[in-house]
Amino acid sequence: MTVEAYTVDGDLMTLNMGPHHPSTHGVLRLVLEVDGEVVVSCRPDLGYLHRSIEKIGEFLEYPQFVPYTDRVDYVCAMNSNHAYCLAVEQLLGSVAGSEVKIPERAEWLRILFAELNRISSHLVAVGAFAMDMGAFTPFLHGIGLRELVNDIFEKTCGARLTYNYITIGGVAADLHAGAEAEILAFCDTCEREMVRFNRLITANSIFKGRLAGVAAVSAADAVSYGLVGPNLRASGVDFDLRRDEPYGFYSRVQFEVPVGGAFAGARGRVGDSYDRFVLRCIEILESVRIVRQCLEQMPKSAAKADDPVGGWQVDANKQLRKPPRGEVYCRVENPRGETGYHVVSDGSRKPYRIKIRTGSFTAMSIFEKLVPGLMISDVVAVIGSFDIVVPEIDR
Amino acid sequence: MAECGSKAGNRDGEQLALTCVDDFLNWGKENSLFYLLFATACCGIELMQTGGPRFDTDRLGMIPRPTPRQADLMILAGTITHKMASRAHLLWKQMAEPRWVVSMGSCANAGGPFSKYSYSVLNGMDKFLPVDVYIPGCPPRPEALIDGCMALRERVRRFRALGIRDRDPVVIASASPAPVCGDQGFKPQRPEGQG
Repeated sequence: MTVEAYTVDGDLMTLNMGPHHPSTHGVLRLVLEVDGEVVVSCRPDLGYLHRSIEKIGEFLEYPQFVPYTDRVDYVCAMNSNHAYCLAVEQLLGSVAGSEVKIPERAEWLRILFAELNRISSHLVAVGAFAMDMGAFTPFLHGIGLRELVNDIFEKTCGARLTYNYITIGGVAADLHAGAEAEILAFCDTCEREMVRFNRLITANSIFKGRLAGVAAVSAADAVSYGLVGPNLRASGVDFDLRRDEPYGFYSRVQFEVPVGGAFAGARGRVGDSYDRFVLRCIEILESVRIVRQCLEQMPKSAAKADDPVGGWQVDANKQLRKPPRGEVYCRVENPRGETGYHVVSDGSRKPYRIKIRTGSFTAMSIFEKLVPGLMISDVVAVIGSFDIVVPEIDR
Repeated sequence: MAECGSKAGNRDGEQLALTCVDDFLNWGKENSLFYLLFATACCGIELMQTGGPRFDTDRLGMIPRPTPRQADLMILAGTITHKMASRAHLLWKQMAEPRWVVSMGSCANAGGPFSKYSYSVLNGMDKFLPVDVYIPGCPPRPEALIDGCMALRERVRRFRALGIRDRDPVVIASASPAPVCGDQGFKPQRPEGQG
């Protein structure tokens, strides 16, 4: 709950929340100044997971950087792969003659896996948020469902978490045998389990009452702080890059973009923590819809044996092709919102500069405005509801 | 006391088991390895999945604890940067003896994919902490983590509270100097001879 009026009397206590704190989802440190239970100021301290990924990009050739994009946002590695590969493909396409021809099936596989990864990312987000709020069981439901997605990923691309699957010019491998049936079975399971999940926690009146009206972000604030993705849509701003600026084959699928609307009832406000939670639950089901459409519309088998594997990397002399000089900014809709890759090329085999714009960074920057006036326990709700992933902040 | 059946070596009416103090203590310790919920990066997700319903570390007696004071085991899950190293060391110091450290994943082992080009990643937390078990992988599968924990249990079983280790407890302290970084300098100081 928000404490409306209070006076600061006596000394303030400085409280370090993190870098090791179970609810900061990693190593974010918040320096809180508290007056009793009420937070007076909040200053995020970053860099505990600064791995200099952007700098590493300057030492590596274009395809070699793809595994590092996995580690920028490991909860949705597939989407990060997609963003970077789209950026490099756009760079190559900026000069006539060097465009990359992506096989149709590979395009479908890309958004199929991106949406599956969105499901698994949101499952962690809602599960971990419920755990932060003291409800442990929903977390187990989310993690258990996530294992099924991981199984599909593992059979197709060999990894459970860091996939390196979407490559420049295509994808790394075709679907494994029997994958369609497995994915459809997962879609059924996911829809069934989400009904249980919603009954368990989303519709829980204690949970609702705990989050109603906590840390509401107005639409104007959300835009001016640069919030993206579900955090932005929870505040009532109807913006989704998949629909408004379609990339890949997103223009060929139908889906709804949910928008926040004070779901918590009388005490709820548009853009509060509960809205952000509910929006992710709805997006999981929308992603299931997209996955089904992908499977329906996808060409049934690869036209050629090695079709999904991209044709960009090697030229006739088995040398990596060089992209032209220039720069490109490409943005996609990740589970944590818009992720942009700004790639600058000087015409050599290695990028001159890679800059990554991530949703978690901007979500974290609003804490400083949002947290003062809240109780300490609500800070946990704020961190959880924005679905922060720390390496996305620090990179 | 009611008759519970007599075994060889038991006196009538009493239940007795003869064992060494160390074995008895270790039996308790290895079956209740509470681990510190300390996840820095990608491996943290696999650590979560390992604690989840499919792999379920609870059945091994491994329960996550949010505070180092209650933890026996520190699983270094993820990249340790120079800025984080002193904090990780502080957390380790706050744990009660006997304490164990499992290094999970390539980053904590040796810097992983960041070891060569990154200016901010520590190439292996074993420069500052006495690591008991290394688990390779980027990230390791949950099975690998459980395998590492079983290897650690072997190690716990061999621990001698009344034996050699007790006579020479300084070894651990001297092998793990506190990293000096953050405000005091950019590079953490490496211990002598480990470069």
